[in-house]
Amino acid sequence: MSALRRTAYITGVVMLCAWVLVPIYLVALGAFGGRLGAFKWPKTILPTEVSIAAFMAFVRIEGVWNAALNSLIAAGLTMLFSLALGAPAGYALARYTFRGQDAFRLLVLLTRAFPLAMLALPLTVLFIRVGLYDTPLGVSLVHTALALPFAALVTASLFAGIPRELEEAAWVFGCTRVEAFRKVVVPLALPGLTAAAIFAFVISWNEVFAASVLTVRERTLTAYLLTVLSESPLHFRLAGGFLLIVPSVAFLFAVRKYLFAMWGIANR
Amino acid sequence: MSGQRLPYLLIAPAVIFLATFFLLPLVQTIALSFTGSSGFGGENYARMLSDLNFVITIRNTFLLVVTVVPVQVALALIMGTMLQKMGRGRGLVLWIWTIPLGVSDLAAGLVWLAVLQDSGYLNSALYALGLIDGPRSWLNAEAPVTLFVGVVAAEVWRATAIVLVILVAGLQLVPKEYGEAAEVFGASAWVKFRKITLPLLKPSLQSALILRTVLAFEVFAVVYAIGGRDMPILVGEAYTWQHDNQNYGVAAAYAVLIMAISLAATLVYLKALRVRPEQQP
Repeated sequence: MSALRRTAYITGVVMLCAWVLVPIYLVALGAFGGRLGAFKWPKTILPTEVSIAAFMAFVRIEGVWNAALNSLIAAGLTMLFSLALGAPAGYALARYTFRGQDAFRLLVLLTRAFPLAMLALPLTVLFIRVGLYDTPLGVSLVHTALALPFAALVTASLFAGIPRELEEAAWVFGCTRVEAFRKVVVPLALPGLTAAAIFAFVISWNEVFAASVLTVRERTLTAYLLTVLSESPLHFRLAGGFLLIVPSVAFLFAVRKYLFAMWGIANR
Repeated sequence: MSGQRLPYLLIAPAVIFLATFFLLPLVQTIALSFTGSSGFGGENYARMLSDLNFVITIRNTFLLVVTVVPVQVALALIMGTMLQKMGRGRGLVLWIWTIPLGVSDLAAGLVWLAVLQDSGYLNSALYALGLIDGPRSWLNAEAPVTLFVGVVAAEVWRATAIVLVILVAGLQLVPKEYGEAAEVFGASAWVKFRKITLPLLKPSLQSALILRTVLAFEVFAVVYAIGGRDMPILVGEAYTWQHDNQNYGVAAAYAVLIMAISLAATLVYLKALRVRPEQQP
C-alpha cells in the first residue's frame, strides 16, 4: 500500500470510530449537564459543567427508578424463559434427526419475516383478561417470542460443537442422560449459554413497542421514556437515553468474544 | 424413555410457546383487523385508508427504508473490507464499531437529539464555523427534509452494526485462496471484490437485508424521540390508534399492513438473491 492510500485508510478507520463514539460522548455530556447544560449556547465539547448530581436528579424522579426495575425484571425473565425453552429445542436440533425437524426450523425462521412486536396488539385483550396486562411478566412473554428463535438456533450450534462421544462416554461410566448432560455438556456449553442469555436480556431491555402497548402504570424504562417524551425537559430525556445505553453496552462488552460466532451461526 | 420420543419432548415447550405467542396472535391480529363495529368487514381498512395521514405515512416509511437500508449495507461493506486488511487493533476497532448493537432505537433517537436539537452540538459547530448566527431548528414540521435526514443519521448510526456483524461473519467463510488466485492473475482490488467477495457473500447479504428491512419497517421510537409526531410513520400510527384512540381494530389493520409489507420484502429478497448450493463458499 502506498503511503497516501495508507493515510486515507487510517483516516477512514479513525473517522468511523469517531462517528460511533462522539454521539455517545455528547449524550453523556447532556445527561450529566443538567438543565443549564442542555440550553447552554454555544456548547463546548469539553466536559466543563458536568456533575453526578444532575444525573441523580433524573434517577430520583418519581417513576424512573420503578421503570428501570420493571425493565430489569422483564429482561431477567426474558433471559430465563428464552433459555429454558430454547436450549432444549437447540439440543434436540443438534443431537437428533427426527420427522418434523425441518418444519420446526421453518417455524423458527418464519418469526424473522414478521415484525413480532406488533403481535402485542391482540395480546393486550388476552392479557387484560388473565391479569398479565401491565406486568413485567406479561411484557417478558412477548419479549421471549422475540428472543426464543435466536436462543434455539444459537444453542443448537453450540451443542453441535460439543462431541457426542463425550456424552456417550459418560453414559458408559454409569451416568444417566440427565447426569451426563449436567456434568459433561453444561460446563462446556456454559460460556456460550451465558452469551445467548445476555443477548436475550439486551433484546428485552431495548424493546419499545410491545412494552409500551402492554403497560400503563408498571412501565418499563423504554415505555416510560416514550410516554414522557413530549412533556419532559430536554436534559431529562438525554439522561434517560444515557441510562438506556449503559447496561446493554456493558453486557455486550462482556460477551464480545461470542458475537461473531453467534451471528455467523444464527444467519446461516 | 425411548430415544424416539425424546426430541419431541425437548422441542415441545418451544413449539407450544411459539404457537401461543406467535402464531395465535398472528391470526388474532388478522381477525381483529377485519372486525369493525358493524361486524366482519373491511371497515378498519377503510378508516385506515381514508386517514389524512395515511399517504404521508406510507411515503415517509418507504422513503426511510429505501434510504437507510442501502446506506447501511454499503457502509457495512466498507467497514468489513477495512477490517479484513487490519492487523493490530482489529479487535478494538471491531468492538467500537459494534457498540451501537446494544443501543435501542429510542436511545439512538435521544442520542441524536443531543446533537441536532436547537442549541445542540451541530448548531454549535456551525456557529463556531461562522455558518449560522444563532440556534436553528432542524427537527420540526417546518423543516421536514432536515428532520428526515436526522432520522436517517440516527438509524444509520444505530443499525449499521448488525449488518456489519453478519457480513464480517460471512467474510470469515470466504476462502483466502480465491482472492490469492485472482491476484496471481492480476485482478485489481476492485475486481477481486466484485467478482469474488461479493458473490460469495450473497447468503450473508441476503440475511442481513431481510433482517434490516423487516426491522426498518418496524421503526418508530427513533422517529418519536427526534421529531415527536411531526414525521408520521406506519408503526407510530398503529401505536397512536391503539394507545391514544383506543381503537384496536384500526391499529390491527396497520399491523397487518406492516406484516404484509415485511413478508413481501422477505420474499423479494429470497427470490432476487437466491443462493444455489454450488455457489456457497
